[in-house]
Amino acid sequence: MRFMMLMIPKEYEQAAPGAMPDAKAVAAMMKYNESLQKAGVLLALDGLHPPSMGARVSFADGKARVTDGPFPEAKEVIGGYWMIQVKFRAEAIEWASRCPASANETIEVRQVQEFSDFPADVKEVVDQFPDLQAMRHDTTR
Amino acid sequence: MRGGDIHGAIEAVRRIESPKLIASLARVVHDVGLAEDFVQDAFVAALERWPSSGLPDNPAAWLMATAKRRAIDFLRRQTRLEQKRDDLGREIAQKQGRTVPDLDEALDDRIGDDLLRLMFTACHPVLSTDARIALTLRLLGGLTTEEIAHAFLVPEPTMALRIARAKRTLAKERIPFEVPRGSELAARLSSVLDVLYLIFNEGYAATAGESWIRPSLCEDALRLGRILAELAPGEPEIHGLVGLMELQASRFRARIGPGGQAVLLLDQDRSLWDPLLVRRGLAALERAVTLGGARGRYALQAAIAACHARALTPDETDWGRIAGLYEALSQVAPSPVVELNRAVALAMAFGPQAGLELVDALADQPALRHYHLLPSVRGDLLFKLGRFREAGLEFDRAAALTRNKREHDLLIGRAEACAKKQATNDPSRPPGA
Repeated sequence: MRFMMLMIPKEYEQAAPGAMPDAKAVAAMMKYNESLQKAGVLLALDGLHPPSMGARVSFADGKARVTDGPFPEAKEVIGGYWMIQVKFRAEAIEWASRCPASANETIEVRQVQEFSDFPADVKEVVDQFPDLQAMRHDTTR
Repeated sequence: MRGGDIHGAIEAVRRIESPKLIASLARVVHDVGLAEDFVQDAFVAALERWPSSGLPDNPAAWLMATAKRRAIDFLRRQTRLEQKRDDLGREIAQKQGRTVPDLDEALDDRIGDDLLRLMFTACHPVLSTDARIALTLRLLGGLTTEEIAHAFLVPEPTMALRIARAKRTLAKERIPFEVPRGSELAARLSSVLDVLYLIFNEGYAATAGESWIRPSLCEDALRLGRILAELAPGEPEIHGLVGLMELQASRFRARIGPGGQAVLLLDQDRSLWDPLLVRRGLAALERAVTLGGARGRYALQAAIAACHARALTPDETDWGRIAGLYEALSQVAPSPVVELNRAVALAMAFGPQAGLELVDALADQPALRHYHLLPSVRGDLLFKLGRFREAGLEFDRAAALTRNKREHDLLIGRAEACAKKQATNDPSRPPGA
C-alpha cells in the first residue's frame, strides 16, 4: 500500500517568497531520504515553495475565486511530501518516526486511496462511469 | 513513550530491520540460519520489553546488541567454536568504544555489504530454485513463513521444511558468506536477478489459482530489486530488471476488468497505467543503458516494455522496434518463448502472415509443447487472417493447457467468438448457403 507523508512545518504559512531550509537541515533530510531509497520504499518526494508564492482557488459561491498567497487565516500548510510503498500502516508510521524533523515540524501520514478501499456502492458507481476510471486501482489488493 | 500501536511498531521495525540484522550477524557467525535464530530471539525480547518500556531511540542498535548477546551465549556453550567467540568479542569491544554517529556510519557502510552477501547467499546455486525463492523472501523480504506459504499456495509446514532444509544445505555445504568476485560474479548476479524476477512473475501472472495478480509478491520483488540497485548501483542489469518490473507493475490497475477478468495489454485502458511507475521504469532503464547495459537480458525486456509505455494508444506502438529488440534478446538469451514473442511483434509490424510463419516454425519445439501461449498466439494470428475454424481449435487447446482460471475463461471466450464468427462470417460458406 502507498502512503503519503506530508510535512507540515509550523510558521511555513508565514514564510517569505523564496524561503529555503538551511543547508544543515537539508543535509540531515537528504540522509533520511537516502535511507528510504536504500530500503526500497521511496517512490517519489518533493519540497514545496512557501504559500506566499502560491495561490488558493476557492468555490464558496459555486464559482472559482482566486486568492494569491500568503494566506493569513491558514494554521497549517504543507512544506513537502514523500510517497512511499510499504506493507502496512505501522510501517509507514515507523518511517515517519525516523525523520530528522525539527521541533516545529509535524508529519501527517495518509494512505493513498485504492479501488479496493471503496465500499461496494462506490465501486459500482466507478464501474458505471468510464470517466471516473482513472480512480480505479486493481481489485485484488 | 511515543504512543500509537506498539505491536504494530514492533512489526514494522521487524520488517525494516530484520534483513539488515540477519546480514550483519551472518557475517560474524558464518551461518545464515543461526543468524536468523538470534535475530528472532532479539525480537522475542523486544516483544517482552518494549510494550512497557516503549520503543528505544535506536531500535536497530538495541536489537543488534541483544542478538549479539544471544549469539555470544550460544557460542560460549559451543566450546568447539571458541575461535568465533573471540572474533565476536573483539568486534563488540571495538564498537562499544566508538561514539554513536560514527558507529551508525560504520554499521551503515558494512550493512550494505552484508545485505549484498545475504542476497548472494540466499540465491546460491547449491539451492533449488524454490528454496532460493523461499529463503530470499524470508531472509531479505522479511516475510513470515506463513506469508510465503500462502503466496505460493503450499501448506505452512511444507514451506517451513523447505526453508529449514535450505538453511541446512548452506551450512552443510559450507557456503561462504561473501559476494562472489571475478568471473563468478556475473553468473551469481544472474541467479539473484532471476530469483527476484521469478518472485515478481509469480505475483504478476500466477501459474495457478483464481487470482490473476497477487500483487504483494510483485511489491516484495520490486522492493528487493530497488534495494539491490542501491547496493550495487554500478551493475546495469540490476537497473534493467528494476526498470522491467516497474514498467510491468505500472499496468496492474489496467490488467483486471470490472468483473475481475483479465484484460490483455493491447485492450488495456492506458489512462489507468500508473504514470509514477512508468516514469521510474523509464529512468531505471535509462540508467542501465547509460552504464552500457542496453544489451542485457532484462534491459532488453525493459526496453520492450518501454515501447509500450511510451505509446499513448496501441496504434502508436513501434512494433518494428519491438521486433528488433526481441531479435536482440533471442541472441543474448535464445528461447522458443522469446521467438514466440518476436512472432507476435512481427505480426503487428508486418501483418499476421509474417508472424504465423515464425509461429509455425516453432510448432515442433518440445519446450513449447505444453505452453498455452503457443496455441493462444497461433489462434490470434489465424483469427486475424479470418481462419476462424482453425483459430477456435487453437484457443480451445490453449484453454486446456493453462492453469490460471481467469486466463482459461478468457481463452474460452475467444474460442466462442471464433465459433460465432464462423457461423455468421465464414468466407468459405457464401451467405444463404
